Amino acid sequence: MEGTLPPERRGFATDRPPDAIRRYSEAERLTHWAVALLYVALFASGLALFHPFFFWISALFGSPTTMRILHPFLGVSLAVLFFAYASRLWRDNLLLPSDRIWLRRMPGYMNGKDETPVEGKYNAGQKLMYWSMIAFVAGLLLTGLVIWRPYLAPSFGMTARRTAGLLHAVFGFVMFVGIGVHFYAAVWTRGSMRAMTRGWVTRTWARYHHPGWYRRMTGKVAE
Amino acid sequence: MALESLDVRRRSATETTSPSARSSVEVAKLIDVSRCIGCKACQAACMEWNDLRDRVGETRGTYQNPPDLSDQSWTLMRFREVELPGKGLAWIIVKDGCLHCADPGCLRACPAPGAVVQFSNGVVDFHEENCIGCGYCQAGCPFNIPRFGARDGKAYKCTLCSDRLAVGLEPACIKTCPTQCLSFGAKADMLRLAAGRVRELQGRGFEEARVYDPPGVSGTHVVYVLPHGDPALYGLPREAGISPLVTLWRSTFARGLGVVTMVSVLVAGFFHWMKVGPVDPDRRADRKEE
Amino acid sequence: MTNHWTDIKNADVVMVMGGNPAEAHPCGFKWVTEAKANNHARLIVVDPRFTRTAAVADLFVQIRPGTDIAFLSGVMNYLLSNDHVQREYVAAYTNAPFVVREQYAFDDGLFSGYDEGARSYDKASWAYELGPDGFAQVDPTLRHPRCVYQLLKRHVSRYTPEVVSRITGADPARFRQVCELVASTAAPDRVMTSLYALGWTQHTVGAQNIRAMAMIQLLLGNMGMPGGGVNALRGHSNIQGLTDLGVLSDLLPGYLTVPKETEPDWKRYVEVRALKPLRPGQMSYWQNYGKFFVSLQKAWWGDAATRENGFAYDYLPKLDRLYDILAVFELMHQGRVHGYVCQGFNPLASAPNRAKVTEALSKLEFLVVIDPLRTETSEFWKNAGPSNPVDPSRIRTEVFRLPSTCFAEEDGSLTNSSRWLQWHYKGAEPPGEARGDLGIVAGIFQRVRALYQKEGGKLPDPILKLTWPYLDPASPSPEEVAREYNGRALADLPDKANPGKTLAKRGDQLTTFGLLQDDGSTASGCWIYCGSYTDQNLMARRDPADPSGLGLAPGWAWAWPVNRRILYNVASTDPAGKPWDPRRPLVRWSGEQWVGADVPDYKPDVPPSAGMRPFILNPEGVGRLFGADKLVDGPFPEHYEPFESPLSADPLHRRPAARNNPAARIFPDDRAALGSPDEFPYAATTYRLTEHFHFWTKHARIPAVLQPEQFVEIGEALAREKGIRDGDRVRVRSRRGQLEAKALVTKRIQPLQVAGRVVHTVGVPIHWGFIGLTRPGYLANALTPVVGDANVQTPEFKAFLVNVEKV
Repeated sequence: MEGTLPPERRGFATDRPPDAIRRYSEAERLTHWAVALLYVALFASGLALFHPFFFWISALFGSPTTMRILHPFLGVSLAVLFFAYASRLWRDNLLLPSDRIWLRRMPGYMNGKDETPVEGKYNAGQKLMYWSMIAFVAGLLLTGLVIWRPYLAPSFGMTARRTAGLLHAVFGFVMFVGIGVHFYAAVWTRGSMRAMTRGWVTRTWARYHHPGWYRRMTGKVAE
Repeated sequence: MALESLDVRRRSATETTSPSARSSVEVAKLIDVSRCIGCKACQAACMEWNDLRDRVGETRGTYQNPPDLSDQSWTLMRFREVELPGKGLAWIIVKDGCLHCADPGCLRACPAPGAVVQFSNGVVDFHEENCIGCGYCQAGCPFNIPRFGARDGKAYKCTLCSDRLAVGLEPACIKTCPTQCLSFGAKADMLRLAAGRVRELQGRGFEEARVYDPPGVSGTHVVYVLPHGDPALYGLPREAGISPLVTLWRSTFARGLGVVTMVSVLVAGFFHWMKVGPVDPDRRADRKEE
Repeated sequence: MTNHWTDIKNADVVMVMGGNPAEAHPCGFKWVTEAKANNHARLIVVDPRFTRTAAVADLFVQIRPGTDIAFLSGVMNYLLSNDHVQREYVAAYTNAPFVVREQYAFDDGLFSGYDEGARSYDKASWAYELGPDGFAQVDPTLRHPRCVYQLLKRHVSRYTPEVVSRITGADPARFRQVCELVASTAAPDRVMTSLYALGWTQHTVGAQNIRAMAMIQLLLGNMGMPGGGVNALRGHSNIQGLTDLGVLSDLLPGYLTVPKETEPDWKRYVEVRALKPLRPGQMSYWQNYGKFFVSLQKAWWGDAATRENGFAYDYLPKLDRLYDILAVFELMHQGRVHGYVCQGFNPLASAPNRAKVTEALSKLEFLVVIDPLRTETSEFWKNAGPSNPVDPSRIRTEVFRLPSTCFAEEDGSLTNSSRWLQWHYKGAEPPGEARGDLGIVAGIFQRVRALYQKEGGKLPDPILKLTWPYLDPASPSPEEVAREYNGRALADLPDKANPGKTLAKRGDQLTTFGLLQDDGSTASGCWIYCGSYTDQNLMARRDPADPSGLGLAPGWAWAWPVNRRILYNVASTDPAGKPWDPRRPLVRWSGEQWVGADVPDYKPDVPPSAGMRPFILNPEGVGRLFGADKLVDGPFPEHYEPFESPLSADPLHRRPAARNNPAARIFPDDRAALGSPDEFPYAATTYRLTEHFHFWTKHARIPAVLQPEQFVEIGEALAREKGIRDGDRVRVRSRRGQLEAKALVTKRIQPLQVAGRVVHTVGVPIHWGFIGLTRPGYLANALTPVVGDANVQTPEFKAFLVNVEKV
């Protein structure tokens, strides 16, 4: 059954409760963190190019030119991993009518009221994050390709390149806000980080945040 | 690679004031197209002085060779045959190259500190050792001038021979031009000279003759006399200016706003944590075993 | 040049025809832009192509290649029939009033005295009517029916604007504009300069092209004027020096001539060249021929040249025939030449009909090439694919290559088109085994002399007794040679005006050719260079000061003759000695002598009232509208079709003999190699481009970058007809050969309406070959015909026939 260790590793001393539920597979976690690392590198290098205040970051990449050369390759890698990952999650992220209620009650939730019960594996906030990330990663990828020197940029017109340059910056900025929310949400909802690092959640966590998913995983009804 | 390091008006991607203890008179190169015979001596002189050697290319149905500006060709004679209504055939020959804008789009767009430098004499110079090869300068340029090295990916363009100017010489192309199509000196003097040339041309049947010193980039330090007037005939933009897309993209305000907003996201997260704290169903007092 | 480069800035009208200075002389062209910018000058360009010169012209007229005389005669007709001539000048300073012999005639393209079999004229009738006093008869009223003025008027009257347009294809409205602009300079205070180059010389009527313009300039009173003149733009660095020093098969230094086989006696040789005045009081400066000649012989053979042996006249070779380049390659082609020395010459590329040149060179036993570069000629035997498709196994010629220095690797003087001798200094040491030309030739001479010393020979004296006074006999220095050209006194020269005084002491360098003597007391290697290297090297002067503001800069280098900057400059004054144009005073009669900014071209103390005329070299003392017997093809220019003409019928004459220049020489095999318009319908012309210099600069990277690949220029209409687009490869064929190149389709060559049909012109730039850093190309002279100017045998590179097809 998911969420339990294979028989040969049972009995290993761990804080993991025996009844923990596995939320993310090892492959998913690896991919997620690879994407996350790439994002950090991309964001940092993008920031260095975006504003001279942060140009010092370029030194972390060896040299500013190395950073400029790496940035698009990292970007394409991120896009490949991200879309490979995301393509497996789209079904769980389809928006349902109940998601509206969750969204309506979200401000209350953020201010200390109990979370509205969620039907699927992801709540509406996560779903919106999912779709917006798809949009922004796609947007960054496409605009990035247009300004990718020396390979692709020369085949685009100057207006296209100027537009792409501007949009790339705008998308990168919006994406930072999105990732900020994503990251904070993970920190704020205790147990989420562990879900993505170790892969498991407690039954309480699952029951509280994703009762529908909990039900499907355990066959039990959340109270 | 200029030497006037105490003479810097602006550096790319630099928010603080550049070394500016020294200042010099604003200079300009005047290109009087009516006196140009397309001899390419300026091209040869540029290659000689700057030790540039473009590849031996092909003929493609024009005298224009090499076909375009490149990291090895910082100036280029462009040739165009035009039938002008009422005036017959004109063979328009224009020296292309950096115009050294007073408000340089390349400098605005450049993200690398000190890769683009504007000196107080108006010269806009690329310092390739600081260049990261991103290509933003090309997007910023209203005249499509910067080109990139095939091997090093760095941006190159006319330096107005800033190294020669630094030791009191005129640019190599000026030195070589046999017909004084090219003149060099204080910008005010060049504008006076240009105005005289325009008057002379108007008396010669070029009623549309005009000076090209586009205000859209606050004027340039390469100024043209265009005998037929219309800049488009000479491959120059009628309304030269930095694209609003670039202005918006690289404007201090927009970028500052972006940074401030991003910082605000971090601050907002922290405040929220302070005020609300984390959600942790596992530690809730009413936690029940199932 | 009668004038000089800087002087162009003084012109009011600049007429560029038969040249393309913006491309071939871009540095000199600066003075045209100066004239335009500061003197409000108008620039006229007449050319078969819209060139880079035309790009900055005020007025451009396209003509068919080889029709310049028709155009210029039309201009003369306009000037004469509308009385736009400077009458006072014409009456005083030209031979317009001279009466021509009754026997002179001109009919339907032929002048009197033509022998069709010999293709030459008996010129006896082309002469002035002489009076009983031996002087030419004149009619100052210009009304005499046989005076030059009336004859010329009659001669050019056939060239109406319609005829001009019919022959040349020129747009009639634009032709008229040219006439009006040219005519405006008939006013004494307006001047036109004429700039020409090989676009006029490289025709079978080359010399007459230039004469036609000289006549226009005389009619307008523009000769001798600042901003005027007829100005040859020389095409090589120091080609003027080469001509001055007589490095041509029939010339000696200073435009003296090589004696003919029929002239065994030196006195007679001098006598026929020392022309007596044809009018009273004239200077006829060639009367001094003997002084120049004897001084030359003394420079060459020193003490061995004595009065007794006719100043070593017998040492000089005598011409049995012409040895111009066309004739030499014809002889070589016939297998009659054993060895050939090319010094600074690349005949495989530069001589016409390259196939014939290859065959000719293949028949040599040996070929010596003295050149700084690997020339095509030195590798004519080497297969280079289609651009040099020879079979080396079938060529026996032994080739010696002697690497020489280029100009920057040696000291010396260069004479420019302005006749300025400018001294220059070595900028770098020559690479490898290269040696200066002086050293190479001295080395050969010393070895040949040693052979004569050892083995004797039929006539060893000219070699054994040649003066060789150089410090290092194996390598004479440029200074030594320059001093020798200048000349020195071999004895004290007494001053006849001041008894007891001397004009020069024995051993002194001479200051002017006025001191040269025919008694053996002076030596000068080139009389016109006398004064260039006196006790100091005047060629090395670099004072740009120009007190007159006319651009004379008398302290800059040294101009021959006697530092005179403008020839015939006394013609810039009226017959009273006052400048025609007070704004441009060059020289004037002060009341006692001739003074002014330039060195007066006159006897300094002869008042204008004495009747001496300013063209002092001519026995007439005046400029020649009627050329008399000076040229072989007529005293007046006449339009003849190029030897390859796109017209099947002569547009001007009915007589078949007058279709092409009747006095031009053509060898039978070369006549057989002429193409017909049915097979080769397009007029073609060859030319240079700014980016390259002949076949040299393709060896240098920067020019190779600036113009990398061979092309031919084709008008849009012809290109459309043939389905050719920009950048397509095309094949250009003539009867003699072919080349393949990229097509450059242009609006700058328009189809012309000529004699009821459309004529397309194809432009063939030279410069490419099978050696160098440019992309390999074909030698343009694969196409050109072997026929030259009737007078000086310059090949007709500027007008021939081709066909074009897309490859």
